[in-house]
Amino acid sequence: MIVFEKPKSLTDAVMHYCPGCTHGIVHRLVAETIDELGIEGKTIGIAPVGCSVLAYNYFTCDMIEAAHGRAPAVATGVKRSLPDNIVFTYQGDGDLASIGMCETIHSAARGENITIIFINNAIYGMTGGQMAPTSLIGQITQTSPYGRNADTQGYPIRVCELLSELDGPAYLERVTVNSVPQVKNAKRAIKKAFQNQIDGKGFSLVEVLSSCPTNWGMTPQDALKWIDEKMIPYYPLGVFKDKEG
Amino acid sequence: MRENQIIIAGFGGQGLLFSGKVLAYAGLHEGRHLSWLPSYGPEMRGGTANCNVILSDRDVGSPIVTHPDILMVMNTPSLDKYEDEVQPGGSIFIDSSLITRKVRRTDVTAHYIPATQIAVDLGLPTLANMVLLGALVKDTGCIEDESLKASLEQVIPARRANMLELNLKALQAGKDYDA
Amino acid sequence: MEKVLMKGNEAIAEAAIRAGCRHYFGYPITPQTEVAAYMAKRMPKIDGVFLQAESEIAAINMVYGVSATGKRVMTSSSSPGIALKTEGISYLAGADLPALIVNVQRGGPGLGGIQPSQADYFLATRGPGHGDFHVLVLAPSSVQEMADLTVRGFELAEKYRMPAMLLADGTMGQMMEPVVLPEEQKPAAKAPGWAVTGTECKRPHNIANSLYLSPAELERLNVERFERYAEVEKNEVMWEEFMMDDAEVCVVSCGITARVSRNAIIEARAMGIKAGMIRPITLWPFPKKPLLAAADKVNAFLTVELSMGQMHEDVELAIRCKKPVYMCNRVGGMIPSPDEVLNSIKKAAEEGGKAQ
Repeated sequence: MIVFEKPKSLTDAVMHYCPGCTHGIVHRLVAETIDELGIEGKTIGIAPVGCSVLAYNYFTCDMIEAAHGRAPAVATGVKRSLPDNIVFTYQGDGDLASIGMCETIHSAARGENITIIFINNAIYGMTGGQMAPTSLIGQITQTSPYGRNADTQGYPIRVCELLSELDGPAYLERVTVNSVPQVKNAKRAIKKAFQNQIDGKGFSLVEVLSSCPTNWGMTPQDALKWIDEKMIPYYPLGVFKDKEG
Repeated sequence: MRENQIIIAGFGGQGLLFSGKVLAYAGLHEGRHLSWLPSYGPEMRGGTANCNVILSDRDVGSPIVTHPDILMVMNTPSLDKYEDEVQPGGSIFIDSSLITRKVRRTDVTAHYIPATQIAVDLGLPTLANMVLLGALVKDTGCIEDESLKASLEQVIPARRANMLELNLKALQAGKDYDA
Repeated sequence: MEKVLMKGNEAIAEAAIRAGCRHYFGYPITPQTEVAAYMAKRMPKIDGVFLQAESEIAAINMVYGVSATGKRVMTSSSSPGIALKTEGISYLAGADLPALIVNVQRGGPGLGGIQPSQADYFLATRGPGHGDFHVLVLAPSSVQEMADLTVRGFELAEKYRMPAMLLADGTMGQMMEPVVLPEEQKPAAKAPGWAVTGTECKRPHNIANSLYLSPAELERLNVERFERYAEVEKNEVMWEEFMMDDAEVCVVSCGITARVSRNAIIEARAMGIKAGMIRPITLWPFPKKPLLAAADKVNAFLTVELSMGQMHEDVELAIRCKKPVYMCNRVGGMIPSPDEVLNSIKKAAEEGGKAQ
């Protein structure tokens, strides 16, 4: 009896992610969701620029590769063209909260009926570990070698809290994937974000606190701990907006 | 070959672009070649505004009028700006309620019409442009009376149909004025 | 055919709708805002999409999204806004996606002014964005062409799977002329095979993409794309000749300056100067062949343009510097008068004649 297998919505391509990176887990959760909701044939995904730039190779649904930060605008175009299809973006913190903040906020403000999976790992991974808009105060990166200093580099951005001030979004939740219970919780949130779109509820974003052992300079285990110890205190988990409740 | 190169100029808000449109649509009604080119930008909001209209029996080349044979002006700066550009033998139509000076040139025909005063007397203070246009059309014959009416029917939106009669009344007052 | 009186900007919008375009994304900027305003009024009434984007960058990326789904889509802007769109235009080119981008040019650089200009000639004809690519560049010279070339732009963009740019200027956008509107086409019922529309679990996934990390693959795609461009250069060059039969001075001009030049040429002829004009309608591909052929017949060329000589350079290249190329130009929103052009024609006729 098979008790565990690769979701149908993931291709056979070997993922390029580093050992200990949680992108693979989140990809799987998205794919499981697509399978369970039976929407593979009508889902269109938008890949970002960043570590998950090659996401278009990993999902079996139709995919579009967007310019850096522009995925929500591209998704807007797709959804307006094909309102009956399911459109999701998969974006990192530099993509969504730095260069693409304008597209993020405005697609949220419009209440665009799309689903955004937002990977917050507090660093630019693809380019080798530079400061992200979500890097923590004191966090050492290639471009904050003395630690992020609020006086010169400002403060990390809490995306869910920021967007929660808008009337547009239907659903905003921050989750993490650093333990089995948290992975299960993240799955619930991601599935809800897709179900919302099917139900026509509007803009749904799930922020996933993720680990980057390579660029944080830690073992995978320590990286998972770092999420608990450093990230969650600044980025509390929970629901920031849910138009139902 | 018949061709009129027309400049209509004054302050933004005086309905000058509209006057030009009335001429342009009348030209369309007559099946003539034509162009209508407005000034655009922030100057429209309170500053000077003008439009260039060309009515011709042949293809219109440049839509930009540099030397008009007909000039209609509703403020002094516009008269100052365009007086010297008018073709010799051309006509200048002046709202003499608003422009106190006279035309300096002697090789053009100046028509002084107190358009604003006439419009006020008619109880149509916003239609001085139409009064002046009436005088212009009557004197130059650049378009037919009938196409003028057809034009107004097209230019005035249906929801403001009541304005049609008023515009025609103002045009008539301009035609009737004996300069 | 019934003629209606329309502003150039409105003619673009109505022509696009009649061409079956049901998706428009824009951002206000003078002097093209009428396109957006027209679309805002019309699209909701025909089940179309009008969306005022948060920026020109967002607008072009929305265009990218719709184009990937295989539907006709357009955006419009003016020079500074087009500069912002270049990111997305490059991605469209890289993903081989069609789209129509309207540029109603104004003076620059920087915020520049709002009056007419042709100073985005290089930006448009050299490939508006990073990387090796071209867009089709169509330069209307009347309100009629604003409408006709809008339709043509969509058709060519789809035929060659590349973006097309309608390169107009502020005068063309703002002026009204009688226009015969193109016939009504229904939006295509079926998306092309490459479109991203959902697999329906019946085919392998389609990917709209411009990322190729393998240099060999990226090189191959660039070379193939340029083979396609060579076809465009072979088949799609458009130009108009005016009084060229016995011309000794060949004016080269597009858009509003071609209109001014027309007046000047007629005046020159009345004075006994044999002037004519080759008016490029496509700026890319540029009408190199007719210009080169004319170089054997005329004594001199004269470009009339609203830039510091951007088209001048293309004419010299096209005629391989066989004859002198004079220039009559104004910039910043200024437009040369027919008299100025006439003086330049006279000069070109005199000096160009002596150079023989």
